[in-house]
Amino acid sequence: MAIRERLSGNEAISYAIKQVNPDVMPAFPITPSTEIPQYVANYIANGEMDTEFIPVESEHSSMSATIGAQAAGARSLTATSSCGLALMWEELYVAASNRLPLALCLVNRALSGPININCDHSDSMGARDTGFLQIYAENNQEVYDNFVQAYRIAEHKDVMLPIMICQDGFITSHAVENIELLEDEKVKNFVGEYCPENYLLNEKQPMAMGPYAVSNYYMETKMAQNTAMNNAKKVILEVGKEYGALSGREYGFFEEYRLDDADYAIVIIGSAAGATKDAIDLLREQGMKVGLLKLRVFRPFPDEEIANALKHCKTVAIMDRSECFRGKGGPLGAEVKAALYDYAKDVKAFNLIYGLGGRDFTVADAKRIYEDLMAYDKDGQAFEEYRYIGLRG
Amino acid sequence: MSYNFKAEMNKPERLAPGHRMCAGCGGTITVRAVLRALHEGDKAVIGNATGCLEVSTFMYPYTAYEDSYIHNAFENAGATMSGVETAYNILKIKGKIDDTYKFITFGGDGGTYDIGFQSLSGAMERNHDMVYVCYDNGAYMNTGIQRSSATPMYADTTTTPVGKQSDGKMQNRKDLASIIAAHDVPYVAQSTLLGNFKDLHQKAEKAIYTPGAAFLNVMAPCPRGWKYPTEDIMEICKLGVETCYWPLFEVDHGKWILNYEPKKKLPIEDFLRPQGRFRHLFKKGNEHLLEQFQAEVDRRWEDLKFRCSRD
Repeated sequence: MAIRERLSGNEAISYAIKQVNPDVMPAFPITPSTEIPQYVANYIANGEMDTEFIPVESEHSSMSATIGAQAAGARSLTATSSCGLALMWEELYVAASNRLPLALCLVNRALSGPININCDHSDSMGARDTGFLQIYAENNQEVYDNFVQAYRIAEHKDVMLPIMICQDGFITSHAVENIELLEDEKVKNFVGEYCPENYLLNEKQPMAMGPYAVSNYYMETKMAQNTAMNNAKKVILEVGKEYGALSGREYGFFEEYRLDDADYAIVIIGSAAGATKDAIDLLREQGMKVGLLKLRVFRPFPDEEIANALKHCKTVAIMDRSECFRGKGGPLGAEVKAALYDYAKDVKAFNLIYGLGGRDFTVADAKRIYEDLMAYDKDGQAFEEYRYIGLRG
Repeated sequence: MSYNFKAEMNKPERLAPGHRMCAGCGGTITVRAVLRALHEGDKAVIGNATGCLEVSTFMYPYTAYEDSYIHNAFENAGATMSGVETAYNILKIKGKIDDTYKFITFGGDGGTYDIGFQSLSGAMERNHDMVYVCYDNGAYMNTGIQRSSATPMYADTTTTPVGKQSDGKMQNRKDLASIIAAHDVPYVAQSTLLGNFKDLHQKAEKAIYTPGAAFLNVMAPCPRGWKYPTEDIMEICKLGVETCYWPLFEVDHGKWILNYEPKKKLPIEDFLRPQGRFRHLFKKGNEHLLEQFQAEVDRRWEDLKFRCSRD
């Protein structure tokens, strides 16, 4: 029987970490992810898990030590947010190119400046090209479920890439929700033991990691990483299905909410999907055919699948919770539009920036977007290709 | 500890020949000397900060190391090895490893004194059972002889060039061995390449087999950066010690020990004169610069002797 609990997002992922019981966790505190290493340290202090915790002196060192531990042959992870992720920057690339299937629990927070501790996706979106797998959550249940699946995806022999399990700072990390947990044994069996093929502490065969590679070799390593990223698509679906059989909650690349017959759709990542779903229910009562595509997996990017799910829509609003300063929209907007160009040219898509630095995204905001999408389609009302919503009056 | 030079030299090399380091590089000699101190039968994971050593000994698809080896980046050799060591501890507890492993990380002075200083400090303070060896050649040699905080005063480097308005580097070198000793780690030592290598060998062995964090600072001359004839490396090292520019000492569980006191302390000119990077100090009118250099060497030497005189 599943265990019913009331947990914050940080508690939920920490509980999942306890159940997975990885070997090594180096971490450095930063709001709002600080609680994760705190909870883990407490579990260890109380003998509830036997992970080795390394209280490093910075996030650069937390990722460096995680890389060292994982390379040595230990299942490893760390947790961070915002500037902590930014400080790890070069190490994210090193982890990915060394093909180390370590896990990073990211609690999304705005990057400085100005310094701001609240949610947006500028940290993980900035790290989108590092070679990490990226999986996002709408709520605390998904945070828990995503972490339980993380190592199964990352460690798959066709993948072997680091994985970032993302959740929205404060909105899920600190809000308490009712969730269902799996029994320890079930998690343990589902995740299985980590048995790397090559590792530093392999007594039978020493290994060297982190070479200097000249132009004759470098390019092939990138191609290999990209192949692994593509392979991850199949693995994510397989693991999501298997997890569904175990928990009753199956996962894919994204969730479609009343999207089947929708004329007008929003594409969004993370917790703001909740307010969007409420707006959809309200508008559906008024007869408006509106729906949602909530993206769960951003890396690898399921472009064809997204385009296919949206191809029947008349107008789509792609919602970005981060800027990339290209002057024409955010990163999600750029990638979804590219997907539509390749697979569904007739869908008119707009790109909206919302929720930066913890700015609220409300049901009314979502409702207005749907109404604007419809007004553009039906009445030819102007709709800027790219705009900010929720700005101060 | 007894030391048999011949027996040590007949041990199998753990750094294979055929790597791309310069002939006469002090860094390579340091690595070979330190690795000889590993007991036969013990395994090791060798770490490395980015630098000459890394790019010349592990160029894909060839490694010069007989042991497992990890290079991560420039500034994080300490943190990286702390992760490896921690992994070893837990895998040992879980019964997944039987063999004994030792953990030795090498960094140049750039990766150690400067960009990797925080990572090193953290690893030392957490007292991981590892040895960090700095092969100190007193500048960023890999990128082409730029000054570091290990560069001695008045050295001519490519970022402290000697010119009409410049006498070279304006600052004294950082005393890193003392700084790491202030971390209260079990073992810190300073050594260099001397005679039959007994000093470095014994310190490396002590560092490797003392439980907890250990730090070795090894003066490892770079013929290109210091501008002396390649074959003179052993003479240069000897002069560094005989002039008390590079004293040999240990800090063993907090106890400062002076390993060698020259019968007749040589003037600093003897160490500086053979090196092209100090050529300008011997021009007429620069006598005061040499006097200042000597005064700083004397001050540090007296200070070290005082620390070593306490029980």
